[in-house]
Amino acid sequence: MNQWTTADDHKRVLMRRRIDFMLRLLFLLCTSIGIVALAVLIVSIVVDGFRYIRPELFLNYPSRRAAQAGMKSAIVGSIYMLLMMAPISFVFGVGAAIYLEEYAKKNRATRFIQLNISTLAGVPSIVYGILGLTIFVRFFALERSLISGTLTMTLLVLPVIIVSAQEAIKAVPKIRRDASFALGADKWQTVSRAVLPSAMPGILTGVILAMSRAIGETAPLVMIGALTYISFLPSSLKDSFSVMPIQIFNWISRPQEEFHSLAAAGIMVLLALLLLMNFSAILLRNKFQKHI
Amino acid sequence: MIRFRNERTSLTNKAMPVILFLCAATSILTTVGIVYTLLSETIRFFTIVPLSDFLTQSRWNPLMAPKSFGIWPLISGTLLITFIACIVALPIGLAAAIYLSEYAPRAVRKIIKPILEVLAGVPTIVYGYFALTFMTPLLRSMIPNLPIFNALSAGIVVGIMIIPMVSSLSEDAMLAVPRSLRDGAYALGATRFEAVLKIVLPAGLSGVISAFVLAFSRAIGETMIVTVAAGATPKLTLNPLDSIQTMTAYIVQVSLGDTPHGSVEYGTIFAVGMTLFVITLILNIAAKRLSLRFREEY
Repeated sequence: MNQWTTADDHKRVLMRRRIDFMLRLLFLLCTSIGIVALAVLIVSIVVDGFRYIRPELFLNYPSRRAAQAGMKSAIVGSIYMLLMMAPISFVFGVGAAIYLEEYAKKNRATRFIQLNISTLAGVPSIVYGILGLTIFVRFFALERSLISGTLTMTLLVLPVIIVSAQEAIKAVPKIRRDASFALGADKWQTVSRAVLPSAMPGILTGVILAMSRAIGETAPLVMIGALTYISFLPSSLKDSFSVMPIQIFNWISRPQEEFHSLAAAGIMVLLALLLLMNFSAILLRNKFQKHI
Repeated sequence: MIRFRNERTSLTNKAMPVILFLCAATSILTTVGIVYTLLSETIRFFTIVPLSDFLTQSRWNPLMAPKSFGIWPLISGTLLITFIACIVALPIGLAAAIYLSEYAPRAVRKIIKPILEVLAGVPTIVYGYFALTFMTPLLRSMIPNLPIFNALSAGIVVGIMIIPMVSSLSEDAMLAVPRSLRDGAYALGATRFEAVLKIVLPAGLSGVISAFVLAFSRAIGETMIVTVAAGATPKLTLNPLDSIQTMTAYIVQVSLGDTPHGSVEYGTIFAVGMTLFVITLILNIAAKRLSLRFREEY
């Protein structure tokens, strides 16, 4: 203590520090709520669903009897949809991103497209379901089929893929383009051989994350009428189909406890697939980064 | 041979911009598709059911006689869920953002951020399951006479779902506040919390509010949690212990049944979908405006 400060000042500083400390704890507590919620969620699902993780879950078709019910058609449906959706949305999403970043002039039309994409990213997924129902199921008469579902989900994830691919392309240093032009390459050679390889890890990560969002989406597919009692595997694009979230939703909607446990088991499979996809995103990224 | 190559590359150079533009144009087509389908069917719906009924009646019962088409019960159900979710998510999300951007050591951030990202990536149907089989029994053990399907349980879980969104967007807004402003506050002897309260939050306020608005809009559009856990009884109420129905859950309910294509019941999907689309669009545009404003300041 010196001539300019009093005991009162000292006390006030201590008090302010104490408030700061308490709030720090409070903020930490709030932050951990999210983590606790995730832990509780996972534990409650594993506890409920563990006993239904058995071969029948993967090998059997849906059944009215919980003891025999499986989700073979839903798992296969999800994987088919994923395999079709990934290339389509990759081509369109990356194409759009290249156009906007490398070719488009900075004018009103471009700004409009950009604004439009960010607006689309915020449209509730159920609205895409209404779109898919009207356009693909009815107008193009594709019926409640695998291809209708795939196209609807492609439209849903495109804005997300475009935005993340744009970020990845933006992050490529200008010097790579300059070097390519200096070697006599033209625009497309520069884009395809200098810019894209460098942006690819970021693009792929974005695509895989968008795919994992699509795999978990339920609402739009309920709208376009993915079914739950599918006792065959889809063999053509126009076959009716089911996917994992739809099957889980169906099991949750039943009053019996056994079906809730079955739903929990289904959720475990779904979450495992999502985890696998995210993990492969990380692996892919590392692999690509080594090559550059 | 060399000539041939040149011709080919000049052809790709002419064709590629057009092809790529077509890819970008699909997004415009999507928007046109959404607006067109919603608008045309909604207009047809309103030639049968007067718009005044839709906006003034207080009962929503389009599937069984006596039919009535007042949208307000669905809107009140949606808002009820959204408000509960925001009461949960906004304070917690903001506090988490403050902790992560102002207090957390680098090592802690590195652990917490990915966990919040996982939380954001959990499919909504999984949250629906969580609401019905964990949150509802928990609440029912505390509140007697709580119906199985109720707004409170679904609202809380929707709130948990949007916490990561609130926290990561608000954190971005606070990280965009220049370091020098914080340093100025510390130089004047402010504690961390005083710097947050008086410098960082006011400076990043429009970004934080934009995050709140986006989260609000996301909660309005959330479908599976409310379909599974909030019930299917449209009711004009603000009591969180009631069983209600949201706009999204109604759309799912109709599409699960076999409503004949072209009927009035089928038209309700589009009228409700249009209402949902317009509300979320206005909120998203407002959020965008706000976040642009906060970027311009520095």
